[in-house]
Amino acid sequence: MATASAPVKTNIIGLTKADYRGLESTLCNGCGHDSISARIIDACYDLGIRPEGLLKFSGIGCSSKSPAYFLSRSFAFNALHGRMPSVATGALVANHRLLSVGVSGDGDTGSIGIGQFKHLLRRNLRMVYIVENNGVYGLTKGQFSATADVGQELKYAGRNELLPIDLCLEAIASGCGFVARSFAGDPKQVTTLLKAALSHRGTALLDIISPCVTFNNKDDSTKSYAWGKAHDERINDFTYIPPQEEITVDYAPGESREVVLHDDSKIVLKKLDEKAHDPTDRMAAIRLLEEARDRQLFITGLIYVDTSRPNLAEHERLGDTPLTRLPEAKIRPPKETLLKIMGDMF
Amino acid sequence: MTITKVQSSAKAMPGAERAPVVNDFSISVATKNGSGSQTANTTLLRALFKMGVPVSGKNLFPSNIQGQPTWYTIRLNHESFIARRPRAEIVVALNLATALEDHQTVEPGGVFIYADDIKIPLNRGDLTYYPIPVKKIAAEHEADAKLRTYVANMVYVGALAHLLGIDLNDIEAALMYHFRGKRKPVDSNMRVVRAAAEWAAANLTKTDPYRVEKLDKTNGLMMIDGNTAAALGAIYGGVTFAAWYPITPATSLADALNEYLPQLRLDPETRTPTYSVIQAEDELAALGMVLGAGWTGARAMTSTSGPGISLMTEFVDLGYYAEIPAVIWDIQRLGPSTGLPTRVSQGDIIAAYWAGHGDSKHVCLLPGSVYECFEFGWRAFDLAERLQTPVFVLSDLDLGMNQWMSQPFDYPDQPMDRGKVLTAEDLDRLGGFQRYKDVDGDGIGWRTLPGAEHPLAAYFTRGTGHNERASYSERPDDWVRNMERLGRKFESARKLVPAPVEDRVPGADAAIISFGSADPAVEETRARLARQGIKASYLRLRALPLADSVKDFVAAHQRVYVVELNTDAQMLQFLRLHVPEHAARLIACNHSDGLPLTARWITDAILEKEG
Repeated sequence: MATASAPVKTNIIGLTKADYRGLESTLCNGCGHDSISARIIDACYDLGIRPEGLLKFSGIGCSSKSPAYFLSRSFAFNALHGRMPSVATGALVANHRLLSVGVSGDGDTGSIGIGQFKHLLRRNLRMVYIVENNGVYGLTKGQFSATADVGQELKYAGRNELLPIDLCLEAIASGCGFVARSFAGDPKQVTTLLKAALSHRGTALLDIISPCVTFNNKDDSTKSYAWGKAHDERINDFTYIPPQEEITVDYAPGESREVVLHDDSKIVLKKLDEKAHDPTDRMAAIRLLEEARDRQLFITGLIYVDTSRPNLAEHERLGDTPLTRLPEAKIRPPKETLLKIMGDMF
Repeated sequence: MTITKVQSSAKAMPGAERAPVVNDFSISVATKNGSGSQTANTTLLRALFKMGVPVSGKNLFPSNIQGQPTWYTIRLNHESFIARRPRAEIVVALNLATALEDHQTVEPGGVFIYADDIKIPLNRGDLTYYPIPVKKIAAEHEADAKLRTYVANMVYVGALAHLLGIDLNDIEAALMYHFRGKRKPVDSNMRVVRAAAEWAAANLTKTDPYRVEKLDKTNGLMMIDGNTAAALGAIYGGVTFAAWYPITPATSLADALNEYLPQLRLDPETRTPTYSVIQAEDELAALGMVLGAGWTGARAMTSTSGPGISLMTEFVDLGYYAEIPAVIWDIQRLGPSTGLPTRVSQGDIIAAYWAGHGDSKHVCLLPGSVYECFEFGWRAFDLAERLQTPVFVLSDLDLGMNQWMSQPFDYPDQPMDRGKVLTAEDLDRLGGFQRYKDVDGDGIGWRTLPGAEHPLAAYFTRGTGHNERASYSERPDDWVRNMERLGRKFESARKLVPAPVEDRVPGADAAIISFGSADPAVEETRARLARQGIKASYLRLRALPLADSVKDFVAAHQRVYVVELNTDAQMLQFLRLHVPEHAARLIACNHSDGLPLTARWITDAILEKEG
């Protein structure tokens, strides 16, 4: 009797999950970063994104190694420590038709790269900017990062006394139009946020708490799995609806509202109760983050959305053809123009 | 008025009996910066140029917005020697703060023209003195009090026009150039120029020998600054991406890109720009953006100066090791640290060539004229893409910011060289590729461009150790193989960069090696040496790595003077490494005080050894 092998499952553009995979991870077993890589694979597969149409970027650090572990068919640029934003800016202005996912860490973004991070947001480059946030430097073996909470203790570094930098607050202050926080231990929320972020036409910041199992996973650490699971406080419940798909959510009529993204996809937010956070309210978003910081609450969800600002490519008035695809005839002006310019200089 | 007294003192001097000095002297104008003196200075310069007299103009200005001393020196010379001279025969003193010193530095037997409200002891018996009522003339001929300070500078232009014999029509033509044909400012300035010239005709008796006469030595030449030339070169070289951060003296290069790109580079069909110019948050980000753009296949460049090079260094190294095309213009100024930001040097030769940690070295082009600023402007992209590496172009403040005469630029005579790029069709045919494999033996691998529609196109770009397939590798043999290939690539670069320009004099024992903006002073030095009976060959370097022909040149001469504008004789160090067997023949001839080199200094330095 012939055994019919199960048909290989493919997505809407006919690719298999394997077409989105990367190399085997070299990070520590159980590292939160690996689960985020898996979510990126899920989101891109589900959305039917062509891997060749997406660029991967990173800086330096454990998190910045991870682009090797997903989407091998996508070009990647592992840049300098804290300098991913500038490299991505040049690449994505030169070819603004490409999507991009950047992976950084709390040291890479919050310390050495805070300047480039803020200027990236100010320019509103189209990019999904993921911070795999664990509050600690892993590759150099356990120093505090700028997102470590007050009172956090580490084996070698001792106790942190300095206020953490809240990257979501920094992002809102810099004009970022898509700001979310999540937890690597919450695959559904991370995947949903990733899909929505990929539809956002500017910079989308995903600050994902991603525990470091080696240096910062003690139960009392605010960046540990145990803490995350016990304290994760969802500020809103939402579903991502891809473009052209019918809205099928089990929210009762009147219990939900929509935010339409640039590609006509939608984020459908469930109104949980009166206290549910409205992510279109900038002041409410800032207040929410300030309160969470004061009370050391671990809030997750979509914090802020604003689709109104033009992105960098629009600001630069770029045409349909990427700058990198323009033929010589369009980028070397004719000889007569040079003669005319020089004629004015005699 | 004091005129009578001045005239009588002039009569007492030998000046009136001296033979006329025609088209061969220097003028130095001392003003305060921010007072509008640049319009007057460049107008005078261009008027002389339009009279057919070879000229150069150098702005010696402070790092300040307004009120500090600034000097503009003009050299005119019928033999086309236009290097700076240490002293001027004609000094125009309009700044009380420096008048005493300006008075002392007039070349013996020269002329001191001064605003009549400057009261200093005029006690040099060898000079001719002309006081000018600058404020009075400006007030009488410019009703607008706000403009009066600016047009006041035109008073000296008018007075000089009369004293030297400069055609007022040429001054008007120069103003038309300056104000881009706008009649109103031209007229208001010309009013003052004419009034000053008429006043000088009525009130001054010329007793000095200096005169300008029309010549035909500038026919077919144009006048332009090196930074504008560089920007135009880049535009005709197909620049599609530029990122920069403001820094003197490189800012005017980005300004010129922003001025000319919108005129020249809109897509004729869509009217959208075929370029993007981004003002970055700092120089690190500027080069980061350039590398990102170069990686995806844009012709990408930045322009900066010494401190910017320091900040870019980590990225330069990444570009070298990840093998990404980029063009970096360094308009050199005087360092270390902030140094003197508005003064010139050739002090970044070592910093650029060896930028970065570990074992890296970089291609550097050395333009020696505004013509070469244009040529290297487009050629640098061809080299960067051919070699897949950052290419420096080392200009300097003198070349970049001052006006120079030039033959017209030649339109690029060859199609763009986009280097080794594999398309999707190539990948189909080849069935894959290895990014860092030396397929052709020249050390240069083949690359694909992000966005290429092929499942086998992607590779992982990184500054970490990698093998031929661009995979992370810590294997010693992978490391060694990769560095050896980069070494072969550098040897390929040595053959591709612009060759030195040699002028070997048969039988000469002495020779000069120099580069960049030192060229005019070196050419004049050779003429001066020849008058002393010393024939010197000349090799002008145009790029690093040094060409093999430099070895032959050094070997063919007993004494080779290396003329450069820095304190540590940086190029001499490279030459000694390049020609170790003849290192003893190489003689340092370097000087750096913030000012362009003079033929007088170089000649004295060489004669000291040759004598």
